[in-house]
Amino acid sequence: MKKTLYVAHFALIAVVFAIIPNAGQPLGVLDGIPIAVKDNFSTAGIETTCASNMLKGYVSPYNATVVQKLLDQGAVLLGKTNLDEFAMGSGSTDGVFGPVRNPWSYSRQYKEKSVPKSHSEDKDANWVITGGSSGGSAAAVSSFTCFAALGSDTGGSTRNPAAHCGVVGLKPTYGLISRHGLIPLVNSMDVPGILTRCVDDAAVVLGSLAGHDPKDSTTIQDNFKPFELPNLTDVSKFSIGIPKEYHAPGLSNEILALWSKAADLFKNAGAKVIEVSLPHTRYSIVCYHVLCTAEVASNMARFDGLEYGHRSDMNKSTESMYAATRREGFNDVVRGRILSGNYFLLKQNYENYFIKAQKVRRLIANDFVKVFRSGVDILLTPTTLNDAVPYMEFIKEDNRTRSTQDDILTQAANMAGLPAINVPTALSERGLPVGLQFIGRSFQEKQLLTVAKWFEKQVKFPMIQLEEVKRHDHGVFQHQKSASFS
Amino acid sequence: LSSPVLQHNFCHYTVDVFTTSFTFFYNYNLIFLRINENIAPWVPVVGLEIHAQISSNSKLFSGSQVQFAAPPNSLVSFFDASLPGTLPVLNRRCVEAAVMTGLALNCSINKKSLFDRKHYFYADLPAGYQITQQRVPIAVNGRLSYSLCIDNKMSQMVTKTVRIKQIQLEQDSGKSLHDDTRSQTLVDLNRAGVGLMEVVMEPDMCCGEEAAAAVRELQLILQTLGSSQAVMAEGQLRVDANVSVHHPGEPYGVRTEVKNINSIRFLAKAVDYEIQRQTEELENGGTILNETRAFDSKLGCTVPMRDKEGKQDYRFMPEPNLPPLILYDAKYLPANTNHQQVVNIDWIHERLPDLPSVKRAKLVEQYGILPEHSFTLLNEDGLTEFFENVVKQTQMKPKKVIGWVLNDLLSYLKQHSLTVKESPVSPFLLADLLNLLEKKEISSTAAKQVLAELWKGEGKTALEIVKEKELELIQDQKELEQICQAVIDGQENEVIMMVLGRNQKVLNKLIGLVQRETQGRSNPVLVKQLLEKKLSE
Repeated sequence: MKKTLYVAHFALIAVVFAIIPNAGQPLGVLDGIPIAVKDNFSTAGIETTCASNMLKGYVSPYNATVVQKLLDQGAVLLGKTNLDEFAMGSGSTDGVFGPVRNPWSYSRQYKEKSVPKSHSEDKDANWVITGGSSGGSAAAVSSFTCFAALGSDTGGSTRNPAAHCGVVGLKPTYGLISRHGLIPLVNSMDVPGILTRCVDDAAVVLGSLAGHDPKDSTTIQDNFKPFELPNLTDVSKFSIGIPKEYHAPGLSNEILALWSKAADLFKNAGAKVIEVSLPHTRYSIVCYHVLCTAEVASNMARFDGLEYGHRSDMNKSTESMYAATRREGFNDVVRGRILSGNYFLLKQNYENYFIKAQKVRRLIANDFVKVFRSGVDILLTPTTLNDAVPYMEFIKEDNRTRSTQDDILTQAANMAGLPAINVPTALSERGLPVGLQFIGRSFQEKQLLTVAKWFEKQVKFPMIQLEEVKRHDHGVFQHQKSASFS
Repeated sequence: LSSPVLQHNFCHYTVDVFTTSFTFFYNYNLIFLRINENIAPWVPVVGLEIHAQISSNSKLFSGSQVQFAAPPNSLVSFFDASLPGTLPVLNRRCVEAAVMTGLALNCSINKKSLFDRKHYFYADLPAGYQITQQRVPIAVNGRLSYSLCIDNKMSQMVTKTVRIKQIQLEQDSGKSLHDDTRSQTLVDLNRAGVGLMEVVMEPDMCCGEEAAAAVRELQLILQTLGSSQAVMAEGQLRVDANVSVHHPGEPYGVRTEVKNINSIRFLAKAVDYEIQRQTEELENGGTILNETRAFDSKLGCTVPMRDKEGKQDYRFMPEPNLPPLILYDAKYLPANTNHQQVVNIDWIHERLPDLPSVKRAKLVEQYGILPEHSFTLLNEDGLTEFFENVVKQTQMKPKKVIGWVLNDLLSYLKQHSLTVKESPVSPFLLADLLNLLEKKEISSTAAKQVLAELWKGEGKTALEIVKEKELELIQDQKELEQICQAVIDGQENEVIMMVLGRNQKVLNKLIGLVQRETQGRSNPVLVKQLLEKKLSE
């Protein structure tokens, strides 16, 4: 066990020692550390499905750069985690393997507070979603299955489930971590995300992953130096921006209150807290819709059933085989995005949609540049509008509506390529996790994580109390039972 | 969801050894024939899109090897097969080749160029899109000068210029083989992802010969630069021709695109056929469809290709995985840069080899040969080197050597369909032979016989052949005098005419007779002297 990795749960230590692959010579800082990887990262010899029929049974012959780096550091890959098909979704409910259940559904905290709807219903019916699309990774970390997990973040897919599952979710700066081997959603926004139980762990994993990759031309050329986070005692030199546009329609009162409480926390600690404006943020979702679907239409073109993946039995002609393969292989969400993306890319629409969306994207990014130039170091925002909703409620609305609502607070950081992190902050009235988001300057991960760590320390987010785990080791949770933030 | 399927160009490359030994003749007949027949003449307009495969060790965006005729699917990286999660990594060598070519074609090099995706579904395009440079290509606004002969006369060469619109870097596709009997398609991805330079020539040409001459000059330039091997038979140079006809003063006519042209000779034929077809079609009151046609080399005509399924929309989009391609020049080279990371235009410019036009001028100047000879020398791969090697090893003047190389040796090569490299007569052997001739040890008639023997490649030297066949000039003046006398004695009538009129024709005849008598072993100058002396006695 390396001392740099902060063990959040002592019970797992024994497990970790038991599976150290090469006792004696540690390979690196992650030696023997169990990790999970979202199933849209290529893993040599292990199925990589993107939770899609299209790639069911597809075994990649190579490791994604981030997977290879984790393995090189001695990490133990416990498994691949579930997601929305091709990471298109915000609930982790739309994958071919079924929805991901939020471990907090089974926590004492939630069970005590959630009111059973009716006695006749299955007592299991109230389970809540993880958020998504990296819901499997968030659940794996949240349920102590592993110490860290890789997610991907295109519009909030790491931060959103991190918020709902009460874990740290870091979306690094675009270009800091290699995307090679990550099956793309939107190449110009995708970033491998890191899910851990605390900010320090996120910094350790980031240190193992970041840096130039010759296989990804969009990674930065400069060397990245892994860092340890200082224990801040004084935040007075920081200027925290509160973007007013993040007071979005649909933001729950509970989260709004938490957000302003967090702002006060900084203010009281001597930090400069100022309201800022990111005026173009409100266009971010519609802009994202155009850019995302266009790239999806393009990226999904390779799934034709010829080289790999699903191939339909339809053999009337090559064209009918393509059509049948893609109809059978993709779900409605993926097909819908391909369709609209192709529409936006048509010659007659390109100027009106794609080019305009690119311009809007630039405006959104410039908003951030201006705010940071004005002296703001870090932005503080909510990560989600609400706490996690029960699955039965979530599926009442379609994926598109859901994604539109759920990405609203996270999406702009992807547009601008900025680093952002969800820090679990408190439990909601229903006993479910709520997180806040910090957005930093490009490639200023150290500053961002340092502030996040300070905040994490102040809020004392409570440990999940899983009934099963509790039965095995009752004592573990006792020391965590301290006053929490909410 | 299925997108319209592109009608692709199936090139079945046939080996055509003699694509290079082809001279271009400006065929005025075809174009101006109609002018005489009709009041309003038709002006043909020809533009070309040329795909040149970049000569590089590895592909444009992946590390797989580039090699012609390797076992199917043996040169395919994960990226080439479009495995999910793979990303393009630009090959520096391909960028340099495009910059070199751009500079050689007098283009301005864009210091910032961009990559785009061009989408269509096809079995040999695994990603469903081709990475190309649609918006901002690497080189633009160039020009290419080329020369061709007027009316089949080598001595009447004209130089023309075609504007180069742009040069763009892009990926090659794989190859599909359709097995109709078993109704299956076999895909070979060896070629998928190989770097291409697409050279777009403006419609500045007006006949097949011009198009052919322009492509031939481009081919020579590419080969000189080494940026492409540009062998059409191996598909390293692929030409599509855009052809239309219109009346002078009117806008351009509807154009057709002719594909499947796999030799330069066929390019000239295909273009001329298409011009004629369009002219006749319009003359007969028909219309020209904006369509893609294939050249059928067996029938010598163009035929419409299977119709595209509706109008193709390539849905271009910026390639998000490649940052803009930034090139530098010496002036703006950023300080402390890693030279492996930057491409310096000036550095490449300084190292450009002599281009064919310069080489020709130098040959003319250095050896005193005619300009048209310099064209023939360069047109034939290796012939310039052959010629220069002969010159180096002989006392004969280059002006005379050129005749032996271009007339005698080259016609042997053509007769036997051999390349210069395959010639059984090496420069050394030929120089050896020419030295004998120059030293007046044999006559030129005899030299031709020796060359015929040398061609057999039996390992004999010229001197050995001369000895064996007793071809050396008769040095003994007495013997020669006797032969002359015998000829004079046998031709009384001619001798009388000669004496009366000093007829040169008759003298030549007599010289010829002496030559025949001596089987070419007499020095014609000496024979002439002897005959004149004897006749004036």
